[in-house]
Amino acid sequence: MTDEVFAPLAERFPDVDFEQVLASKQDVAHVPLDRYRGFVEAAHNVGFDVFVDLCAVDYLHRKPRFDVVLNLLSHTNRRRLRIRVGVPASDPTVASITGIFPGANFYERETFDLFGIVFSGHPDLTRLLLPDDWEGHPLRKDHSVGSVPVRFKASPKTS
Amino acid sequence: MSDTPNVTTGDFEAPTIDRPDDAHTATSETAEERRRIHDLWVAGTEEPSWLRGSTDEQSQELLDRNSDPALRLSQGIAVDDDYLFDDVTDSDELQILNMGPQHPSTHGVLRLHLELDGETIVRAKPIIGYLHTGMEKTGETLTYMQGSTNVTRMDYLSPMHMELAFSLAVESLLGVEMPERAQAIRVLMTELNRVSSHLVWAATQGTDLGAVSMMIYGFRDRECILEFFEKTTGLRMNHNYIRPGGVAADLHDGWEDEIELIIEKVTQGVGEYEELFNGNPIFRDRTMGVGVITPEECRALGVSGPIARAAGIKWDLRKVFPYSGIDKYDFEVPVGKHGDVWDRYLVRIEEIKQSLGIVKQVLETMPAGDYRTLDRKITPPPRKRIDESMEALIHHFKLFTSGFKVPAGETYAAVESPRGELGMYIVSDGREKPWRLHARTPSFNHVQALPTMMTDSLVADIVATIASTDPVLGDVDR
Repeated sequence: MTDEVFAPLAERFPDVDFEQVLASKQDVAHVPLDRYRGFVEAAHNVGFDVFVDLCAVDYLHRKPRFDVVLNLLSHTNRRRLRIRVGVPASDPTVASITGIFPGANFYERETFDLFGIVFSGHPDLTRLLLPDDWEGHPLRKDHSVGSVPVRFKASPKTS
Repeated sequence: MSDTPNVTTGDFEAPTIDRPDDAHTATSETAEERRRIHDLWVAGTEEPSWLRGSTDEQSQELLDRNSDPALRLSQGIAVDDDYLFDDVTDSDELQILNMGPQHPSTHGVLRLHLELDGETIVRAKPIIGYLHTGMEKTGETLTYMQGSTNVTRMDYLSPMHMELAFSLAVESLLGVEMPERAQAIRVLMTELNRVSSHLVWAATQGTDLGAVSMMIYGFRDRECILEFFEKTTGLRMNHNYIRPGGVAADLHDGWEDEIELIIEKVTQGVGEYEELFNGNPIFRDRTMGVGVITPEECRALGVSGPIARAAGIKWDLRKVFPYSGIDKYDFEVPVGKHGDVWDRYLVRIEEIKQSLGIVKQVLETMPAGDYRTLDRKITPPPRKRIDESMEALIHHFKLFTSGFKVPAGETYAAVESPRGELGMYIVSDGREKPWRLHARTPSFNHVQALPTMMTDSLVADIVATIASTDPVLGDVDR
């Protein structure tokens, strides 16, 4: 991509694919798993210093199975950058970026909670939205809707 | 398409707000004096139920001190911007206090785990998830046609913005363009919704600080907007009105007169709030210098909207990445400078006025035309055609039962909701249902930033800080 905002990043990370998707020209960077944290740090240094969003997508039959999607924003350049990193199902581990963006704290916990993706280096990787004794990661595609019978505290046992 | 973010927008002018006087920078009052005044307040508002021992959820404890350098900011340890700063006393003297999840000033079911040194908050940890209903998973089982019924229930105070963000995301994948009238109706509805949401904020902010009559005033003025929504959409909340492809129905007859009445009524109401608050020594003392967040902290924590603007960040998605033709209207973005509760109050009150200004411009310039796109791939045929054409009936039936297909791809669309940047991230695999629907909700970030705002301040300031972030817990937990 020939873009002055991303030029320093593209130069330093030749193995990162930049693309623009859709008519709205959203910038997406496909980052290899082991370069992820370094890339985020570099992006932070070139002005993408606003943390926006972090989530994951489960592609189920694709390899690698998961994508962790990070949205950053640059107030000075008025640009958004979406960083995607593929995560294999066999070892769903990504480096945590809470050291760069403290705002990623809850988002990484949420992604761990709902997808079972481990963020190595996260200081407090516990469940966020679901109860602490919940089993499974419901936003995974092999976790179908209604597969968990919900038993309320006061109700009689069903089984 | 016109809804796409325009990155070449020029700089816009944003006036800074002058507060009546800079009381909290005055150093005539000592910390002890301030604490004494606040102690009086605490004595009046403290609720004994806070002291009711621990709950059974033991694992959501505060971490060991200093175990986590990465979290120092988000736990509020690395904060030094607040007015009360004591050296940390012996850890034996610290006490843990659990606030919520069912405290009335937590705006839903937010639970706070507080570590206190006397009256001062040393650390805080928000605990959420009590309203989690798996809406992102539900979104994967609903077609794009049904999707807006789901997302509108996330942020129940600004449902129009949720629907708009969802619709913009779907439309950017489809690559369809909206007629001018549909865009104008969307702007009208979302700006009215911004006003009604800010009115709820004003009501709760006042109530939480002891001005209980604000609850009545705020809800009184919001009511006339909800009545307008009900006439057009059929529902007071959770409208499912803005849909992919336009809006559900045209505005009802006589809407112009009603809008004029609303503008008149709310303008008068806002004048009353200002009269009530601006010179009120209690309100000023409880808001100035309370719950401070700096621009750097805002960026690192993803804080957006009125909170970031009150901290001095000149950033409004309506100006920077205009959507739905909102750049056609003339409005200003208020920006504060201190990042405290008082500046947030000023910013929001000004936003109400600016939004009413936009509503007025929409009223004057409402274009004629269709209220939804004529692309028959996503819009059902008109009702009249169904009576005379079998194909139209089948078309209608197919659209509402199996929905329309959306090209494979991924997109992120964001709108400026009353709380901040509200984004929808949708991954489509080319079928009728989204493969993944993720909502980036502003309250989620703001709840996360609460410790940064509230540490090193007094217990009594917690309610002021929470109310000023205006969290919607349905939005946080989704």
